[in-house]
Amino acid sequence: MLSYILRRIVATLPVMAIVALFVFSLLYIAPGDPAVVIAGDQASPEDVERIRQSLGLDRPFLVQFGSWVWRILHGDLGTSIFTNLPVSAMIGQRLGPTLSLMIVTLLLTIVVAVPLGVVAAWKAGSLIDRVIMGFAVFGFSLPVFVVGYMLAYIFALELEWLPVQGYTPLSSGFWPWLENLILPAIALGCVYIALVARITRAAMLEVLQQDYIRTAKAKGLGQGGILFIHALKNAAVPIVTVIGIGIALLIGGAVVTESVFAIPGLGRLTIDAILRRDYPVIQGIVLLFSFVYVLVNLMIDVIYTLVDPRIRY
Amino acid sequence: MALLEVENLQTHFRTPSGINRAVDGVSFHVNEGETLAIVGESGCGKSVTSMSLMRLIPEPPGRIAGSIRFAGKDLLELSDREMRAIRGNDISMIFQEPMTSLNPVLTVGRQIRETLMIHQGLDKAAAEAHAVEMLTLVGIPEPKRRVGEYPHQLSGGMRQRVMIAIALACNPKLLIADEPTTALDVTIQAQILKLMLDLKRRVGAAIILITHDLGVVAEIAERVMVMYAGRKVEEAPVAELFRSPRHPYTQGLLGAVPRLGSSLTGTARRLAEIPGQVPDLRKPITGCVFAGRCALATDLCRQYAPGLEEKGPRHVAACHYAAKGAVAA
Repeated sequence: MLSYILRRIVATLPVMAIVALFVFSLLYIAPGDPAVVIAGDQASPEDVERIRQSLGLDRPFLVQFGSWVWRILHGDLGTSIFTNLPVSAMIGQRLGPTLSLMIVTLLLTIVVAVPLGVVAAWKAGSLIDRVIMGFAVFGFSLPVFVVGYMLAYIFALELEWLPVQGYTPLSSGFWPWLENLILPAIALGCVYIALVARITRAAMLEVLQQDYIRTAKAKGLGQGGILFIHALKNAAVPIVTVIGIGIALLIGGAVVTESVFAIPGLGRLTIDAILRRDYPVIQGIVLLFSFVYVLVNLMIDVIYTLVDPRIRY
Repeated sequence: MALLEVENLQTHFRTPSGINRAVDGVSFHVNEGETLAIVGESGCGKSVTSMSLMRLIPEPPGRIAGSIRFAGKDLLELSDREMRAIRGNDISMIFQEPMTSLNPVLTVGRQIRETLMIHQGLDKAAAEAHAVEMLTLVGIPEPKRRVGEYPHQLSGGMRQRVMIAIALACNPKLLIADEPTTALDVTIQAQILKLMLDLKRRVGAAIILITHDLGVVAEIAERVMVMYAGRKVEEAPVAELFRSPRHPYTQGLLGAVPRLGSSLTGTARRLAEIPGQVPDLRKPITGCVFAGRCALATDLCRQYAPGLEEKGPRHVAACHYAAKGAVAA
């Protein structure tokens, strides 16, 4: 098992290398000479030439890529063109809010979507099932910002139950931290909950047809034990998979959600960086997200072995 | 006194094309410690009968009517909770498919433990110890290691032994075995049958054996009930039934069994088959259910359904011409 995880980590290296190559090429794929872009509209040709040399843009592409990778491996993601701060420090500042938002959303999704899907499968064809699945379609078709503004309007402005926007770090207390994340997590989680609930229902429906479920009934087990132990554990592989894939959804959704709720996280940083064409920051963020995604995939594969003993690597 | 008395059991399913009368008015009983075999071809209602006894038929679309008296209680009148207390405890079941009847993601030990913990209130450690004992009892080598294993690590025969261990863990009064050996190799079949008989003697459970394998019936049953198209067409003690089957359907079933080595001894004859198929149970049947496939059927058979009549000692059959039929065989 441990050797498998090690092998997998080694196997992620080529993947990350390709991602890095792509991220690095961003500078060149983007229209215009990067030096011109970086120098801005007011720069003189001398300025552009100076920037080109200081960035090493006059050297061959592969040499530039090599030295870039070398610096990244040493933890140096470069310096922001706009703020002149190290990219790693900028990302570090913004990591907390985004990570908090994602974790709260992930937990909310699992706690809400899985039981909903299980109940829908158990009561398949009934009114409850149709209501849950109707909600799922609804949740799936609403954009994050619509849900976000609706929630903020109802629960923050009208009812005044929760803050409208902002973020408080966990270090100033659990409730102040959570309070600010509830509405964003619901807004961000809507699509995710819908997706996971649907997959859970489909996976459960198939499992509930199996012979071993009949055996469990014949043994005198109650409905809860049958659904949540005998059936859910068998349905877990597709559910875990879609929860993992959904993390990609979360990364995209976080950018929008953080704008709606004014959360100073990576999403906001991404938008700002794109608007300012702050390439080193964009590269750093994309690299980080890709790395997180690769890591999540590895975690999913490890979780498979925990839920299904037939899966061994 | 009878342990189980089934009166006029009717299990019907609502389908888009009409009501399927899978079991239509079947009555029988099982005495304590007795082995009753229910035989018939596929689709005759054997399995639905057994599932109805355990109330494992999903309702809707199914509907069970009649009465199933077990140890004095009508199972059809119990609440779900009361019924759960009986399943796996007083009545337990072994299924046909050992490969798919065990939960693939739970250890064998856990699956045996579960019934003990629900029904006998044992704690985990005591249940685990009992699970090891049960595995020893059903002849699984290295039971201490096996309790921690998953079903995919066991062979088909071993899995069926585990199913038997689960079924017998709580010392049930009645064991329903639905084609327990059909999916197994012939050599394993004999082992499993022997094991079931040994354990039955030890535990004193009655058995309802559902099968289409008449060899198995001859081996272990005391009484046989023959079903056709959701009805009971004949019932007799096993020796009596094999010696003088009265219903043409039973005769057909017996004639359809190949005899090993008959071609070597020169006694080979063409295997008799029963022409035709089980009638569509979604349509009302007038007359005898078997009339459409019976060589002896007359207008009387096609118009009036024969009732079950006494044809010998503890021997009933539903055929207008049963006596004559016996001669014809």
